[in-house]
Amino acid sequence: MTEGASAFAATAGGSLLALPILVPAAGVLLSFLLGGRQAERIALALMPVQFGFAVAIASLIWRSGQPLVYVLGGYAPPLGIALRADGFSAVMLVTTSLIMPAAGLYARTNFATPNDGTERRAPLVFWTLLQAIQAALSLIFLGGDLFNLYVALELLTFAAAPLVCLDGRPETLAAALRYLMFALFGALFYLLGVALLYGAYGTLDIVLLSRQIRAEPAVWLAAGLMTAGLLAKTALFPLHLWLPPAHANAPAAASAVLSGLVVKGSFFLIVRLWFNVLPALPNAVPGAILAALGSAAILAGSALALRQERLKLLIAYSTVAQIGYLFLMFPLASGPWSAEAFSGGVMQALSHAFAKAAMFLSAGLIAESLGHDRIAGLGGAGRAMPVTFLALGLGGLSLMGLPPSGGFAAKWLLMKASIEAGQWVWAVVMLAGGLLAGGYLYRVLAPALSGNRPRLKSPPRRSRENVALALALAAVLLAFAPPTFFAFLQIGRPAAGAALR
Amino acid sequence: MSSATLAGLVGAALVGLGLYGVIADPQPLRKILAFNLIGSGVFLVFGIVARKGAAAGLSADPVPQAMVITGIVVAFAASALAVALTLRLFEETGRATLRPDAGTKPPDDGADAE
Repeated sequence: MTEGASAFAATAGGSLLALPILVPAAGVLLSFLLGGRQAERIALALMPVQFGFAVAIASLIWRSGQPLVYVLGGYAPPLGIALRADGFSAVMLVTTSLIMPAAGLYARTNFATPNDGTERRAPLVFWTLLQAIQAALSLIFLGGDLFNLYVALELLTFAAAPLVCLDGRPETLAAALRYLMFALFGALFYLLGVALLYGAYGTLDIVLLSRQIRAEPAVWLAAGLMTAGLLAKTALFPLHLWLPPAHANAPAAASAVLSGLVVKGSFFLIVRLWFNVLPALPNAVPGAILAALGSAAILAGSALALRQERLKLLIAYSTVAQIGYLFLMFPLASGPWSAEAFSGGVMQALSHAFAKAAMFLSAGLIAESLGHDRIAGLGGAGRAMPVTFLALGLGGLSLMGLPPSGGFAAKWLLMKASIEAGQWVWAVVMLAGGLLAGGYLYRVLAPALSGNRPRLKSPPRRSRENVALALALAAVLLAFAPPTFFAFLQIGRPAAGAALR
Repeated sequence: MSSATLAGLVGAALVGLGLYGVIADPQPLRKILAFNLIGSGVFLVFGIVARKGAAAGLSADPVPQAMVITGIVVAFAASALAVALTLRLFEETGRATLRPDAGTKPPDDGADAE
């Protein structure tokens, strides 16, 4: 075990871990209490604070080279609950605290409270739920107790589902309801697995469990139930049906958060489950199953994206495909090439978060400026709004995995690991997925960059274009992550199954 | 058969019945009820593992009870949210169903009005 005896004692600066959860939660309550325009002000004011917390946590972990631990109320597990942050938690926190303000700045136009200060429902709900998503994600990234994580998962769902139907159109209501059904179903499966683990070992603390767990039927059943539940929330093929209508119909700023961050929350828990809770299980077979589903997601999601007629639906189906890449790390992240595969999976989560947020925000600008987002009607639009299409294209670079982009770094690492492990099939799938991604992006970009300029209903505002461009550039910049960044990701990563055998 | 085994089996049966309802029935309200059925089954299993499992030395392990109470609150909130969405969907469209294509097509054909 990497943590040793210190796993149950708060580390120096550990109390910092409570703040990224408490501060946005307090923001939610204050926003409800004060209402009106205050919700927007509170949300936007707290976002830089949240970034400060994330950077402080990351720097503490970097300096000590150890995960941060905080024991709530001074009660050590199994009686109490611990918060823990390793390298992976820290980079996810930082990513969240960067994408949230981008979505917030972009959404100011769409969710402004009227000048006379009368309260309207959509802005109030949007700004409040945005903070709720931030609080829930922080709890997911930091939680050290499986039941606590269940509550965080449900909080995330309750905050995310209403964002889908903010404008109240019937199809968005149906999409939100279907999303909620999948999510509730997934959460109950997760909870049933938690009950079985508690029954077998009498604790739900991640570190305590990982020390006791043996490969026995109750554990396999619990692992299967929890993984299946989390897969439904992550929208891995074939449980992806809810995602495209939900993400494509939500307002653009909400789509960016849902596609970029919210699905990563449940993915994070799958990684926690298999790497931190169940390292003692032989994971070759479950890893291969997850990667096979991921491969199916890459191929099916990309093929479906090729056939979409609306830009936002195309981007949503490409999310289905990109989620597939995340799961290729599971069969590879054990053995001597494990560090590479783990870094590749994390890199894919980060670069997809930035790239997809940039693409959804660009698609929102395109839809607002043209009055529609039909791909057939995009001819020449790239000349009318070049910065928007630059952001869309740079985001697409990462999806295809072309250098220089975070997506290239991720796919390169995963491909290297799969070839070193002798598991060629995943590398072939990755190459095919990259080609298909090139295909669906060509369908959008090629007509947009040729033909006559269309008449815009209203040109996009420069500041909003810049927000999308900044996110896309962040996805590109990830390609230049120094080796120390990858060393940072390894802090607190326990060795997985095969390495222990 | 001990009462604990019986309760465990009932819990499993509730989960199975609820799962069938969630998957097979396109009506959101029935799905919500089925979802609550699964929840009841899970909570029952939680109660049983607390008595049979690792903490069997205690007469009643209070931790699972606390978890079940939290779980009930969460399930209640989830049901309320789902019912509110269903009601709104009914108000907007005049019917509440989740056909696979209901999210992508405007519901104007009325072919399967409930």
